[in-house]
Amino acid sequence: MANIDALNATGAATASVAPRLSDGPRGPKPKSALSPRNIMLYGTLLIVSIYYLLPLYVMIVTSLKDMAEIRMGNVFSPPVDVTFQPWVKAWAEACTGVNCDGLSRGFWNSVRILIPSVLLSMTIALISGYTLSKWKFKGSEVFFTILLVGAFIPYQVMLYPIVIGLREVGGFMTDIYQGTCGLFTAAEGACRGRVQLFGSLSGLVIVHTIFGLPINVLLFRNYFASIPDELFKAARVDGAGFWGILIRIILPMSLPIIVVSGIIQVTGIWNDFLFGVVYTRAESYPMTVQLNNIVNSVQGIKEYNVNMAATLLTGLVPLVVYFFSGKLFVRGIAAGAVKG
Amino acid sequence: MAIAESGETTVTRRTAAAKKPIRLFRNLWSKIALTPMILTAVVVFMGGTIWTIVYSFTNSGLLPRLNWVGLDQYERLWSTAKWIVSIKNLAIYGVFSLTFTLVIGFVLAALLDRKIRFEDTFRTIFLYPFALSFIVTGLVWQWILNPEFGIQGIVRGWGWESFTFNPLNDPEIVMFGLLIAGLWQGTGLIMCIMLAGLRGIDEDIWKAARVDGIGVVKTYVQIIIPMMRPVFVTAVVLITSGIIKLYDLVVAQTAGGPGIASEVPAKYVMTTMFGGQNLGQGFAASTMMLLSVVIILIPWALLEFGGRKRG
Repeated sequence: MANIDALNATGAATASVAPRLSDGPRGPKPKSALSPRNIMLYGTLLIVSIYYLLPLYVMIVTSLKDMAEIRMGNVFSPPVDVTFQPWVKAWAEACTGVNCDGLSRGFWNSVRILIPSVLLSMTIALISGYTLSKWKFKGSEVFFTILLVGAFIPYQVMLYPIVIGLREVGGFMTDIYQGTCGLFTAAEGACRGRVQLFGSLSGLVIVHTIFGLPINVLLFRNYFASIPDELFKAARVDGAGFWGILIRIILPMSLPIIVVSGIIQVTGIWNDFLFGVVYTRAESYPMTVQLNNIVNSVQGIKEYNVNMAATLLTGLVPLVVYFFSGKLFVRGIAAGAVKG
Repeated sequence: MAIAESGETTVTRRTAAAKKPIRLFRNLWSKIALTPMILTAVVVFMGGTIWTIVYSFTNSGLLPRLNWVGLDQYERLWSTAKWIVSIKNLAIYGVFSLTFTLVIGFVLAALLDRKIRFEDTFRTIFLYPFALSFIVTGLVWQWILNPEFGIQGIVRGWGWESFTFNPLNDPEIVMFGLLIAGLWQGTGLIMCIMLAGLRGIDEDIWKAARVDGIGVVKTYVQIIIPMMRPVFVTAVVLITSGIIKLYDLVVAQTAGGPGIASEVPAKYVMTTMFGGQNLGQGFAASTMMLLSVVIILIPWALLEFGGRKRG
């Protein structure tokens, strides 16, 4: 079990990253405001900041120009006549293949994928983490180790077996449904429905849940391990069971870790491209896949302003999460560092 | 473990369980609760991996079939020009990405650690690209590197007519076009990890170095960096596993072009598996990807965990 302990130590080390970041700066105190050292220091930081901010600036200015102005100038020139037409077009009119209802379709698909995926993966991860930290049984740590090792396997290795798995489980559920449904209804043709997992949003939700497990179980498990055992003993003495302790004691204490896990899941699932393109069909593509199809479509003239508006729209959700969550995001990605 | 009964006591008390069904019932709940995780770990992760490896030795085309062909798929893989190009590209991207991410990440962290004002602002600026997807990253940089309106166009507009910087259409340097975007997205994370590592170093080290009259740069290179070995190891593992997964960025920024000049292994797998009806090739290529991860991870695991086991 030394492996597990070591992995725990990694987790614990990364979990303590955020508080350390807030300790404040170290090093020798600067002597005067305009010393050569300070000019060098802040000069470097400012130049580097420009490199990091430039793409965001380019996205914004390009999305506010019309095509005539784009052809006149360059990517960095600020807009003379500000127009919001590209945003409207990107949201409601941009074409992918035969559909011309814009990115809004992808946005709502992503929302419909995101909400159940986040809820399902966090629920399973929370319960698994709770079991692994407070209700261990023989072999539970072995399964956990397999899960963590699995996090390092390239997704491409598991893509096709999951396609088959989703098809088989879908077919199996269809059989069950069609077999049992006759018991409840006598209407003709009422039981023809099929359970479709591969190629549908529900299949993608399952895939996101599966691949979100390693990091989130690790997160919850390490957090719960830091809650003193005495609390559980007291609850046991008072007659609380597995679910009683979980709901009355664990849940009220785990808000911070739920937020961190939520940040990881929301940004991760929203930004996913690979699973979206493999496990869904054209009409249910998530926003990232649709965005790529809009921008990189070979037909028609390239409307750079619409493309940039669409790109910015897709990046908006994780950006909002990032700017509002602040230090918690840092804590989340530091924990997510283990995800690899 | 104070609360849950261990497995052995459950066995010895199984006879007593008839009298005390609640005890067994409680243990049962913990097993039921862990079932989804166990299924994921064993069936999907272990089962899926073994399945892919097994089928990489077959001649599966449109559908997976168990027709054994030995190492044929691997021989074909290594004689395919596109795969060789993919591997070379990944090697180039990998070496530069690893070096630059570590250097930039560390330098930025060190700058932020010099007791500066607006530290939070700078950190927010350096880290925000990490919140964005590779698709968004690739598309923005595709636009900035646009030969007509982007950097090349601007410099030519200044009067330097012969200036050429068109990485996305030049097979020789297209991987560096991807690298610029990749570094923009990923260095913030490494900076954060490095900064946390720097904050974990005792203030007394700095005092001692100053007393001995050692310069700041020398202190970093000779004292601080060796002390941060575990942080660097974590960073290297993170960056490397990210490099092997490189896919979305290429799809968005260059779509593998011009020609096949920016193909990468992950994209090769996707094309053969879902585009080319050539499953066996896809399985063989993804098994090679797995092998490269194993080659990188095993020394790391031995270094990190093997050492501690002995200690």
